Amino acid sequence: MLEKMIFGRYVPGDSFVHRLDPRSKLLFVFLFIVAVFLANNTATYALLLAFTLLVIFIARIRLYFLFNGLKPILFLIIFTLLMHFIFTKEGALLIDWKFIKIYEEGVRQGIYISIRFLVLVLMTTILTLTTSPISITDGMETLLNPLKRIKLPVHELALMMSISLRFIPTLMDETDKILKAQLARGSDLTSGTIKERIRAVVPLLVPLFVSAFKRAEDLAIAMEVRGYRGGEGRTRYRQLDWQWRDTLIIIIFIILVAALIWLRGGR
Amino acid sequence: MKEILSLDHVSFSYEAEDGGTRRAVDDVSFTVNDGEWIAIVGHNGSGKSTLAKLMIGLLFPEEGKVKVFLEELNVDNLWEIRSDIGIVFQNPDNQFVGSTVQDDVAFALENNGIPFEEMVPRVHESLAQVNMEGFLDHEPHHLSGGQKQRVAIAGALAMRPKLLILDEATSMLDPQGRDEVIQVVDELKQTTGLTVISITHDLEEVLLADKVVVMNSGKMMLTGKPEEIFAHGDELESIGLDLPFAARLSRSLRQAGIAIQGEHMTEEELVNELWTSHFSK
Ligand SMILES: Nc1ncnc2c1ncn2[C@@H]1O[C@H](COP(=O)(O)OP(=O)(O)OP(=O)(O)O)[C@@H](O)[C@H]1O
Ligand SMILES: [Mg+2]
Repeated sequence: MLEKMIFGRYVPGDSFVHRLDPRSKLLFVFLFIVAVFLANNTATYALLLAFTLLVIFIARIRLYFLFNGLKPILFLIIFTLLMHFIFTKEGALLIDWKFIKIYEEGVRQGIYISIRFLVLVLMTTILTLTTSPISITDGMETLLNPLKRIKLPVHELALMMSISLRFIPTLMDETDKILKAQLARGSDLTSGTIKERIRAVVPLLVPLFVSAFKRAEDLAIAMEVRGYRGGEGRTRYRQLDWQWRDTLIIIIFIILVAALIWLRGGR
Repeated sequence: MKEILSLDHVSFSYEAEDGGTRRAVDDVSFTVNDGEWIAIVGHNGSGKSTLAKLMIGLLFPEEGKVKVFLEELNVDNLWEIRSDIGIVFQNPDNQFVGSTVQDDVAFALENNGIPFEEMVPRVHESLAQVNMEGFLDHEPHHLSGGQKQRVAIAGALAMRPKLLILDEATSMLDPQGRDEVIQVVDELKQTTGLTVISITHDLEEVLLADKVVVMNSGKMMLTGKPEEIFAHGDELESIGLDLPFAARLSRSLRQAGIAIQGEHMTEEELVNELWTSHFSK
């Protein structure tokens, strides 16, 4: 089940979008999320949707793959849409069939909200699909660097994030192993009341935590003997490289915002 | 010969749970010279890892002196000395810091402020030394234990250390992974003259060493060349160490009344002794 979910997954490639610097991508997506709230009429929402589809096309992500992976979220969006259809009772009556009454404003609001939601999800998914977790961490670290002045431990946070990402598969494997070990001892996680099931999870979590702490201790020692003393005086192996395409997408963003402001307003 | 490391009557105790203390290392002295391969053997809990931690300044001795590169380890020279020592631990997963092979190899370089332009060739070079140059962008969970340990060795080599310490670096590996790692270290020692201290349970690994230190309950029980150590077969077995197959067989043969000369540590030596043993008479 988790295999199919693509929210937060990375698929390597070499499209224009893949090759962007993580800083420009992060900046773009962050600003885009803010800019989405500028849209307030059909023209602006259509523009946002068209733009997002264009980005998907440029990133060479197959639509089927994308929407198949986002099924649960699409379901949520359709649900929101229906809720608006049913519960908003403003504007002209469009459909009046037996007990179902759908009003114009409901349709409009529903579609707007759905597009907004869809566009946000798609953009962030494109970001994570085309950027490796390490690059995202690196990008974040450099973007947040100025915040060191206000004593935000930027380097430490980035390191924590990259180590967590690094250990996710290791801990998943371990969970799997412990699960099998407990199953072999006759523990049953799939039947019984909720209370019984929760109780059955405890023998799974305890060994997992014990081993995670052991790992953390080993890792701390391994880092220390390899000369880790915090961010001070450290050089970086991963170099970020801001190129023309990165400047280009920032310019594109400015044009997009200008277009949104120009188109928004009346209906 | 230049001295690389020396322990001089070193003792160390941990605080026990009952509030008292437990001697983990008790009055241990030995010297390691440039280019030597030293094996430290002993049963579980005999104080081997504690020794390693004392050597790299994770712990400081209660009594005695630890000298590395002729300097006594202290809080001020600690980081500088550490940058010249590589150490690889037992668990391949728990010492893999980077998200990919190359990030992990570069970790110590980053910490020591090596400029980017120098890091790249060093990372490639040290991965080539452990035959892992084709794995630059691999993630740790796609590597075997032996490969991870070789990456850990490359990470140590990137700093161009004078001394490499292996704390049971092969004990969690399958036989193939173990052979890969041992072979890599042996080659390094031959080609670069690296000084190696290998802590191990495995007496086969001991055969590669120039000198062996046998630990028992925190004390140094025996020290000497591998053949001298294996001459004390009974004592080794009494503290729970397994002799290599050839040494065991040679002892059993002698006990069975077959006249063979000397100690035999490898199968080849034993075979040679057996098929020539009647010629001399
Ligand atoms: N952090 C600690 N706190 C308290 N006691 C410890 C600690 N680490 C080790 N010991 C004890 O010190 C003794 C020596 O431990 P050490 O880890 O050096 O043994 P070892 O020879 O490396 O064993 P192994 O072969 O299992 O790795 C053991 O009795 C152990 O229980
Ligand atoms: Mg140990």
